[in-house]
Amino acid sequence: MNRKPTTPGPLAERRRPLSPNIQIYRPQLTSVLSIVNRITGVVLSLGAVGLVVWVGAAAAGRRPFDAIQGAITSWGGQIVLFGCTFAFFLHLCGSIRHLVWDTVRGFELRSIYISGWAIVAASVVLTAAAWIVSSFLAR
Amino acid sequence: MDRRSRRSPLAAATGLGSAKDGAARWWAERVTAVALVPLTVWFATSIVAHSGNDYAAFVTWLRSPLTTSLMILLLIALFHHTALGLQVVIEDYVHSGAKFAAVIIVRFSCFALAIIGIVAILLIAFRA
Repeated sequence: MNRKPTTPGPLAERRRPLSPNIQIYRPQLTSVLSIVNRITGVVLSLGAVGLVVWVGAAAAGRRPFDAIQGAITSWGGQIVLFGCTFAFFLHLCGSIRHLVWDTVRGFELRSIYISGWAIVAASVVLTAAAWIVSSFLAR
Repeated sequence: MDRRSRRSPLAAATGLGSAKDGAARWWAERVTAVALVPLTVWFATSIVAHSGNDYAAFVTWLRSPLTTSLMILLLIALFHHTALGLQVVIEDYVHSGAKFAAVIIVRFSCFALAIIGIVAILLIAFRA
Protein backbone atom coordinates (compact mmCIF):
# COMPACT_ATOMS: atom_id res chain seq x y z
CA MET A 1 0.00 0.00 0.00
CA ASN A 2 2.72 2.49 0.99
CA ARG A 3 5.10 1.54 -1.82
CA LYS A 4 7.53 4.32 -2.74
CA PRO A 5 7.25 5.58 -6.33
CA THR A 6 10.03 4.17 -8.49
CA THR A 7 10.45 7.24 -10.68
CA PRO A 8 11.15 10.49 -8.82
CA GLY A 9 9.44 13.69 -9.91
CA PRO A 10 6.48 15.87 -9.07
CA LEU A 11 3.98 13.47 -10.62
CA ALA A 12 5.26 10.34 -8.93
CA GLU A 13 5.50 11.99 -5.52
CA ARG A 14 1.85 12.87 -5.58
CA ARG A 15 -0.39 10.51 -3.63
CA ARG A 16 -1.97 8.29 -6.22
CA PRO A 17 -5.67 7.54 -5.76
CA LEU A 18 -6.58 4.02 -4.74
CA SER A 19 -9.06 2.01 -6.75
CA PRO A 20 -12.05 1.82 -6.43
CA ASN A 21 -12.18 5.57 -6.24
CA ILE A 22 -15.75 6.07 -5.04
CA GLN A 23 -15.50 9.87 -5.12
CA ILE A 24 -15.54 10.03 -8.92
CA TYR A 25 -18.18 7.40 -9.60
CA ARG A 26 -21.74 8.57 -10.21
CA PRO A 27 -23.90 7.09 -7.44
CA GLN A 28 -26.25 4.46 -8.81
CA LEU A 29 -29.12 2.61 -7.18
CA THR A 30 -27.02 -0.56 -7.07
CA SER A 31 -24.00 0.99 -5.35
CA VAL A 32 -26.11 3.17 -3.03
CA LEU A 33 -28.22 0.20 -1.84
CA SER A 34 -25.04 -1.83 -1.35
CA ILE A 35 -23.56 0.68 1.08
CA VAL A 36 -27.00 1.36 2.60
CA ASN A 37 -27.23 -2.32 3.60
CA ARG A 38 -23.94 -1.93 5.47
CA ILE A 39 -24.81 1.40 7.07
CA THR A 40 -28.23 0.16 8.20
CA GLY A 41 -26.51 -2.94 9.61
CA VAL A 42 -24.21 -0.77 11.72
CA VAL A 43 -27.15 1.45 12.78
CA LEU A 44 -29.13 -1.64 13.79
CA SER A 45 -26.17 -2.86 15.86
CA LEU A 46 -26.66 0.28 17.95
CA GLY A 47 -30.40 -0.45 17.93
CA ALA A 48 -29.61 -3.92 19.32
CA VAL A 49 -27.77 -2.25 22.20
CA GLY A 50 -30.90 -0.16 22.75
CA LEU A 51 -33.00 -3.35 22.80
CA VAL A 52 -30.85 -4.80 25.60
CA VAL A 53 -31.06 -1.53 27.55
CA TRP A 54 -34.85 -1.60 27.15
CA VAL A 55 -35.17 -5.25 28.25
CA GLY A 56 -32.72 -4.64 31.10
CA ALA A 57 -34.78 -1.67 32.28
CA ALA A 58 -37.92 -3.82 32.18
CA ALA A 59 -36.13 -6.40 34.35
CA ALA A 60 -34.93 -3.71 36.76
CA GLY A 61 -38.47 -2.58 37.54
CA ARG A 62 -41.20 -0.11 36.80
CA ARG A 63 -39.22 3.06 37.58
CA PRO A 64 -36.27 2.36 35.20
CA PHE A 65 -38.67 1.05 32.55
CA ASP A 66 -40.78 4.21 32.71
CA ALA A 67 -37.60 6.31 32.46
CA ILE A 68 -36.57 4.47 29.27
CA GLN A 69 -40.10 4.73 27.88
CA GLY A 70 -40.00 8.44 28.65
CA ALA A 71 -36.76 8.78 26.69
CA ILE A 72 -38.20 6.80 23.77
CA THR A 73 -41.42 8.84 23.64
CA SER A 74 -39.53 12.16 23.82
CA TRP A 75 -38.98 14.18 20.64
CA GLY A 76 -35.41 13.03 20.14
CA GLY A 77 -36.28 9.46 21.07
CA GLN A 78 -39.05 9.34 18.48
CA ILE A 79 -36.69 10.60 15.75
CA VAL A 80 -34.09 7.95 16.69
CA LEU A 81 -36.77 5.24 16.81
CA PHE A 82 -38.14 6.34 13.43
CA GLY A 83 -34.63 6.15 11.95
CA CYS A 84 -34.17 2.70 13.47
CA THR A 85 -37.52 1.55 12.05
CA PHE A 86 -36.60 2.70 8.54
CA ALA A 87 -33.11 1.19 8.87
CA PHE A 88 -34.68 -2.06 10.07
CA PHE A 89 -37.05 -2.38 7.11
CA LEU A 90 -34.33 -1.39 4.61
CA HIS A 91 -31.96 -3.98 6.06
CA LEU A 92 -34.72 -6.61 6.25
CA CYS A 93 -35.84 -6.11 2.64
CA GLY A 94 -32.23 -5.77 1.48
CA SER A 95 -31.30 -9.03 3.18
CA ILE A 96 -34.21 -10.85 1.53
CA ARG A 97 -32.92 -9.49 -1.81
CA HIS A 98 -29.45 -10.77 -0.91
CA LEU A 99 -30.82 -14.21 0.06
CA VAL A 100 -32.55 -14.43 -3.33
CA TRP A 101 -29.25 -13.48 -5.02
CA ASP A 102 -27.56 -16.28 -3.06
CA THR A 103 -29.71 -18.72 -5.02
CA VAL A 104 -28.17 -17.25 -8.23
CA ARG A 105 -31.41 -15.61 -9.30
CA GLY A 106 -32.26 -12.04 -10.25
CA PHE A 107 -28.87 -10.90 -11.52
CA GLU A 108 -30.09 -9.44 -14.83
CA LEU A 109 -29.64 -5.65 -14.85
CA ARG A 110 -33.40 -5.16 -15.22
CA SER A 111 -34.17 -7.50 -12.30
CA ILE A 112 -31.58 -5.76 -10.13
CA TYR A 113 -33.21 -2.36 -10.71
CA ILE A 114 -36.73 -3.73 -10.19
CA SER A 115 -35.77 -5.46 -6.90
CA GLY A 116 -33.78 -2.38 -5.85
CA TRP A 117 -36.69 0.03 -6.25
CA ALA A 118 -39.02 -2.62 -4.77
CA ILE A 119 -37.09 -2.76 -1.49
CA VAL A 120 -36.96 1.05 -1.28
CA ALA A 121 -40.73 1.27 -1.83
CA ALA A 122 -41.45 -1.62 0.54
CA SER A 123 -39.29 -0.06 3.29
CA VAL A 124 -41.07 3.29 2.99
CA VAL A 125 -44.52 1.64 3.03
CA LEU A 126 -43.69 -0.70 5.95
CA THR A 127 -42.15 2.12 8.02
CA ALA A 128 -45.18 4.32 7.41
CA ALA A 129 -47.57 1.44 8.17
CA ALA A 130 -45.80 0.58 11.44
CA TRP A 131 -45.90 4.19 12.65
CA ILE A 132 -49.48 4.84 11.57
CA VAL A 133 -50.79 1.65 13.23
CA SER A 134 -48.66 2.32 16.31
CA SER A 135 -49.89 5.90 16.77
CA PHE A 136 -53.47 4.74 16.16
CA LEU A 137 -53.21 2.02 18.85
CA ALA A 138 -51.42 4.30 21.32
CA ARG A 139 -54.49 6.51 21.62
CA MET B 1 2.35 -31.92 -7.83
CA ASP B 2 -0.73 -30.55 -9.48
CA ARG B 3 0.51 -28.48 -12.40
CA ARG B 4 -2.54 -26.24 -12.33
CA SER B 5 -1.90 -25.15 -8.74
CA ARG B 6 -0.43 -21.69 -8.38
CA ARG B 7 0.86 -22.38 -4.88
CA SER B 8 4.58 -22.86 -4.36
CA PRO B 9 5.77 -26.25 -3.04
CA LEU B 10 6.65 -24.56 0.27
CA ALA B 11 3.17 -23.07 0.56
CA ALA B 12 1.62 -26.45 -0.16
CA ALA B 13 3.82 -28.06 2.51
CA THR B 14 3.15 -25.53 5.26
CA GLY B 15 -0.55 -25.26 4.41
CA LEU B 16 -0.51 -21.61 5.38
CA GLY B 17 -2.69 -19.10 3.60
CA SER B 18 -6.35 -18.50 4.18
CA ALA B 19 -7.77 -19.36 7.58
CA LYS B 20 -10.20 -21.65 5.70
CA ASP B 21 -13.15 -20.53 7.78
CA GLY B 22 -14.49 -17.95 5.32
CA ALA B 23 -17.23 -20.21 3.99
CA ALA B 24 -18.37 -21.13 7.52
CA ARG B 25 -18.70 -17.45 8.46
CA TRP B 26 -20.51 -16.65 5.21
CA TRP B 27 -22.89 -19.54 5.88
CA ALA B 28 -23.47 -18.53 9.54
CA GLU B 29 -24.33 -15.01 8.37
CA ARG B 30 -27.00 -16.46 6.03
CA VAL B 31 -28.39 -18.90 8.61
CA THR B 32 -28.76 -16.15 11.21
CA ALA B 33 -30.31 -13.86 8.56
CA VAL B 34 -32.90 -16.50 7.69
CA ALA B 35 -33.69 -16.95 11.40
CA LEU B 36 -33.91 -13.20 11.94
CA VAL B 37 -36.50 -12.60 9.22
CA PRO B 38 -39.41 -14.21 11.15
CA LEU B 39 -38.01 -13.30 14.59
CA THR B 40 -37.59 -9.58 13.90
CA VAL B 41 -40.89 -9.36 12.03
CA TRP B 42 -42.60 -11.01 15.03
CA PHE B 43 -40.85 -8.61 17.42
CA ALA B 44 -41.66 -5.48 15.40
CA THR B 45 -45.30 -6.55 14.99
CA SER B 46 -45.61 -7.27 18.73
CA ILE B 47 -44.09 -3.91 19.68
CA VAL B 48 -46.47 -2.09 17.33
CA ALA B 49 -49.40 -4.11 18.72
CA HIS B 50 -48.43 -3.10 22.27
CA SER B 51 -48.19 0.63 21.49
CA GLY B 52 -49.34 2.74 24.40
CA ASN B 53 -49.30 -0.16 26.86
CA ASP B 54 -47.94 0.39 30.36
CA TYR B 55 -45.27 -1.52 32.28
CA ALA B 56 -47.65 -4.18 33.64
CA ALA B 57 -48.95 -5.03 30.16
CA PHE B 58 -45.42 -5.28 28.75
CA VAL B 59 -44.28 -7.53 31.58
CA THR B 60 -47.35 -9.76 31.17
CA TRP B 61 -46.51 -10.09 27.48
CA LEU B 62 -42.81 -10.78 28.16
CA ARG B 63 -43.67 -13.40 30.79
CA SER B 64 -45.62 -15.68 28.48
CA PRO B 65 -43.52 -18.77 27.64
CA LEU B 66 -43.80 -18.16 23.90
CA THR B 67 -42.58 -14.56 24.19
CA THR B 68 -39.75 -15.55 26.54
CA SER B 69 -38.58 -18.28 24.15
CA LEU B 70 -38.83 -16.11 21.05
CA MET B 71 -37.04 -13.21 22.77
CA ILE B 72 -34.13 -15.48 23.74
CA LEU B 73 -33.94 -16.88 20.20
CA LEU B 74 -34.07 -13.31 18.85
CA LEU B 75 -31.21 -12.16 21.12
CA ILE B 76 -29.00 -15.15 20.16
CA ALA B 77 -29.58 -14.80 16.41
CA LEU B 78 -29.38 -11.00 16.54
CA PHE B 79 -26.04 -10.77 18.33
CA HIS B 80 -24.51 -13.65 16.38
CA HIS B 81 -25.48 -11.85 13.16
CA THR B 82 -24.31 -8.48 14.54
CA ALA B 83 -20.89 -9.90 15.50
CA LEU B 84 -20.43 -11.45 12.03
CA GLY B 85 -21.60 -8.33 10.20
CA LEU B 86 -19.54 -5.83 12.21
CA GLN B 87 -16.46 -8.05 11.86
CA VAL B 88 -16.77 -7.93 8.06
CA VAL B 89 -17.17 -4.14 8.15
CA ILE B 90 -14.10 -3.79 10.40
CA GLU B 91 -12.00 -6.13 8.26
CA ASP B 92 -12.93 -4.18 5.13
CA TYR B 93 -12.17 -0.68 6.42
CA VAL B 94 -9.65 -0.99 9.26
CA HIS B 95 -6.21 -1.98 8.05
CA SER B 96 -4.03 -1.13 11.05
CA GLY B 97 -3.37 -3.18 14.15
CA ALA B 98 -6.53 -1.64 15.59
CA LYS B 99 -8.41 -4.18 13.46
CA PHE B 100 -7.72 -7.00 15.90
CA ALA B 101 -8.64 -4.90 18.93
CA ALA B 102 -11.85 -3.78 17.22
CA VAL B 103 -12.85 -7.33 16.27
CA ILE B 104 -12.19 -8.55 19.82
CA ILE B 105 -14.18 -5.66 21.33
CA VAL B 106 -17.10 -6.38 18.96
CA ARG B 107 -17.01 -10.11 19.81
CA PHE B 108 -16.89 -9.52 23.57
CA SER B 109 -19.59 -6.84 23.42
CA CYS B 110 -21.94 -9.02 21.40
CA PHE B 111 -21.47 -11.97 23.76
CA ALA B 112 -21.98 -9.73 26.81
CA LEU B 113 -25.05 -7.98 25.40
CA ALA B 114 -26.68 -11.28 24.38
CA ILE B 115 -26.13 -12.69 27.89
CA ILE B 116 -27.36 -9.51 29.61
CA GLY B 117 -30.47 -9.54 27.43
CA ILE B 118 -31.19 -13.23 28.04
CA VAL B 119 -30.70 -12.87 31.82
CA ALA B 120 -33.06 -9.87 31.83
CA ILE B 121 -35.71 -11.85 29.92
CA LEU B 122 -35.34 -14.81 32.33
CA LEU B 123 -35.52 -12.52 35.37
CA ILE B 124 -38.79 -11.08 34.10
CA ALA B 125 -40.14 -14.54 33.24
CA PHE B 126 -39.30 -16.26 36.54
CA ARG B 127 -39.77 -13.45 39.04
CA ALA B 128 -42.44 -14.44 41.51
